[in-house]
Amino acid sequence: MPTHLANETELVEAARSGDAEAFTTLVNQYDRNIYRLALNITGNPEDAEDVLQETFLKAYAHLSRFKGDSRFYTWLVRIGVNEALMKLRKRKADRTVSLDEPVETGDEESIPRELADWGENPEQRYARQELQEILAAALSELDPAFRIVVYLRDVEHLSTEETAEVLGLSVPAVKSRLLRGRLKLRESLARRFRPGAPAAERQKASGKMRQWLNRIWKRG
Amino acid sequence: MDCGEIIRVLNEYLNGELDATLLADLKEHLRKCEDCRVVVDTTRKTIDLYCNCEPLPLPAGVKQRLEAALARKLGGARS
Repeated sequence: MPTHLANETELVEAARSGDAEAFTTLVNQYDRNIYRLALNITGNPEDAEDVLQETFLKAYAHLSRFKGDSRFYTWLVRIGVNEALMKLRKRKADRTVSLDEPVETGDEESIPRELADWGENPEQRYARQELQEILAAALSELDPAFRIVVYLRDVEHLSTEETAEVLGLSVPAVKSRLLRGRLKLRESLARRFRPGAPAAERQKASGKMRQWLNRIWKRG
Repeated sequence: MDCGEIIRVLNEYLNGELDATLLADLKEHLRKCEDCRVVVDTTRKTIDLYCNCEPLPLPAGVKQRLEAALARKLGGARS
């Protein structure tokens, strides 16, 4: 979650009374996060850009509805997730499962197969840029049903309940997808991080999305 | 606790939400099971790696078009 601006309450209040500069400050603080969120949900750079714009335009139009009982950023994330899900559903309507339907897979896929330790710490073993690319590629390979839950919980640090609410899922469904999503990610990273993993395996390309994700991930 | 049960309570354990009895069972299993130790450790590491990721600046065109879209909206609000 990005840094909270010290004077955020005042900025939101000023923006609500029509102060464009105050709103621009808020946009500049959070636009990178909202874009990455949109890209991770939609998996499509054009859609992500639309979502980015629509999120901030909608936030501006509805500032009076922000009651200050959560962080402004959390409120923005909710708008962003809703916009991004609309895009995703539009794209996927005729070819895959809807996000709020159960994912029909057995326990089989959750059985860990990569059981070698990672040896040297990945943060020491890889250059920062290379590690970013590995993380982005592994996440982009996950099915959206898992990717979005893992992203909201582990990258955006939404609570289980908040994740359930914004995705229209039950709490048990979020927990189940988070567990399976984390295990799938672990499996995918383990293939790349196991001692002696060939460069080709680590660098396995996963299409256009990987290139785009690479551009917006950075180790903090 | 067997290996399957370790997986089922993995998130609760990593979130620090496991109750004391289950936690003791889990630790006892981990002492004896190298495979589960690796899975638990590397899953924790996976979460840590993603936790620490920060986004890069927006691509130039994306930032410009966002600013233009906002200028139209915010400019309109002022007039």
